[in-house]
Amino acid sequence: MQISNGYTVHLLEGLYCYLRRLLFKVLCVGTVPNHIAFIMDGNRRFAKKNNLAEGEGHKAGFSALLSILRYCYELGVKYVTVYAFSIDNFRRKPKDVQILMELMRQKIEELLQQESIINEYGVRLHFIGNISMLSEPVRVAVDKAMRVTAHNNHRVLLICVAYTSRDEMVHAVYQSCKQKWSHLNGEEPSKAVKNGGIEKVKGIEDKVEKHSVPPPSSCSLIELVDFERNMYMAVAPDPDILIRTSGEARLSNFLLWQAGTCPLYAPSSLWPEIGLRHLVLAVLNFQKYHHYLENKKEKKKHKNF
Amino acid sequence: MFSLKFPIPIENTLTPPPKTNNNNNNNNNNNNYNKFSGCSYYCSVYANDKLRGGIIRSPPTSNVALHNNEASVVGGWPETTEAKEEPFPEELRAELMPKHVAVIMDGNRRWAKTRGLFPWAGHQAGVEALKEVVRLCCSWGIKVLTVFAFSSENWIRPKVEVDFLMSLFEKTINSEIDDFNREGIRISVIGDATKLPSSLLRMIKYAEESTKENSRLQLIVAVSYSGKYDVVQACKSVAKKVKDGILDLEEINEGIIEQELETNCTEFPNPDLLIRTSGELRVSNFLLWQLAYAELYFNGALWPDFGKDEFVEALISFQQRKRRFGGR
Repeated sequence: MQISNGYTVHLLEGLYCYLRRLLFKVLCVGTVPNHIAFIMDGNRRFAKKNNLAEGEGHKAGFSALLSILRYCYELGVKYVTVYAFSIDNFRRKPKDVQILMELMRQKIEELLQQESIINEYGVRLHFIGNISMLSEPVRVAVDKAMRVTAHNNHRVLLICVAYTSRDEMVHAVYQSCKQKWSHLNGEEPSKAVKNGGIEKVKGIEDKVEKHSVPPPSSCSLIELVDFERNMYMAVAPDPDILIRTSGEARLSNFLLWQAGTCPLYAPSSLWPEIGLRHLVLAVLNFQKYHHYLENKKEKKKHKNF
Repeated sequence: MFSLKFPIPIENTLTPPPKTNNNNNNNNNNNNYNKFSGCSYYCSVYANDKLRGGIIRSPPTSNVALHNNEASVVGGWPETTEAKEEPFPEELRAELMPKHVAVIMDGNRRWAKTRGLFPWAGHQAGVEALKEVVRLCCSWGIKVLTVFAFSSENWIRPKVEVDFLMSLFEKTINSEIDDFNREGIRISVIGDATKLPSSLLRMIKYAEESTKENSRLQLIVAVSYSGKYDVVQACKSVAKKVKDGILDLEEINEGIIEQELETNCTEFPNPDLLIRTSGELRVSNFLLWQLAYAELYFNGALWPDFGKDEFVEALISFQQRKRRFGGR
């Protein structure tokens, strides 16, 4: 009986997987978004709603993340960005922050295991944010994860930790000025090394032009290209869709620069409850507006921003 | 000047509308404007001005040559409503009102298209909706209202529409200065001024100077504006200060950048609530830095149809939100 049940479950899972791929083939008739960003909101409310212990909501959230990643990569989405931990979240109770830091370290280790989705899809990991603010064990895990996956070039997962968009912009200005003045002072222009040792690596699609050092006489001010090059998110193109779960309609200091023209989608489901249907609806909405957005982008290319 | 009643039976907005009893004369530098009120306004000067048919306002050096007839009246004499405070809605709580509301006034052209009108009819109707929202903000204690009137991306629109919009901004600002001063409204305009017509620039400067002491409501109009442009110009200012030795590199922080943004003209630079009409679900490069923690509210109504009921709905939604700012 148990063997029979197990076989039935396996069969149903296989059928579900087949139907899902069929659905994705239909979606692929239209334009598939290249980059989807998620604000993973609602883990704590999920725990509270289901009478779970502290931290269990986030564990459920991690499972949801793995599912969504699988769906995205199956669909053909190349870049996925997730808002895992904001700089603002450091203001939570120290115990909560500690639980989250430890959970982060554990889950990063899990992601690097052989059978994980990271290896299955050849996903390169980028950790985006002010990494120096993280605890030492997490920083070590982050460095290892980026190093181990640096050779992957099929898919990209950008995990925003210790991140806010404003901090990213401040950092970009700081780095731009530092590089410019270093050059003016005759020093070797420093590379765009971000906090925590994140470096831009060639091989992955990059929307920012290569850095070219202008002659000293024209280095009076930083330019847009300097600014964009020094953003943490310069390693990926702008998102095509921004999804925030739990029904909250706000950006919470996430990708303010990159998501300026991006369609927003805010399903009321909590993050651990996010499912295939939400992704499908978001992609359908994106396809609906894609043509309009592409036309605007073309015209904009010939104008100043 | 604006005597719109809905629906608008404008036959051809490319040529001047039929003349009425209140012909105006814009063949000289005095720029006679006859001013009408087709909708409820917050001041009562329009009735008297209409009877006098006299000059309303003329900046000293302006030489505006606008459409021949600013005083088209459709359907008879316009209403002559007095300025009136709108009672505070029972559904709202005064202590939870946002200090700063931002609006993306989207849907003017679609509104006109659904009525078989030219796009500029929609823009004119949009001005009326804006006036109503300004009146409500004044009445209900909102301190700052920022509106996205013209994006830097809108320059790619047809020239005739762009010219109309520039003219519309100029006319509207000109006609409202007295009312702003009467109602305690301060007007500020943000955006890349380099592309604006010189006459509009003069009008803006005059209006900002005339109303700078007003403190009841600050109306910030974003014209030729882009959130990215705002951030980059702020960063360039910061970089220049570093280069000039006014600021140390290590001192660069969020507050320093915020001081250089165009919204530094107000005490409350960051909107609490962003409203976008017409059902589009994006912020379209508006106030990128400033919207970090704003509650976003999307309404399906086209902007000219956005009125008191829709505004109350937006405010109710805002007041029900739990704002955590990343903490708790």
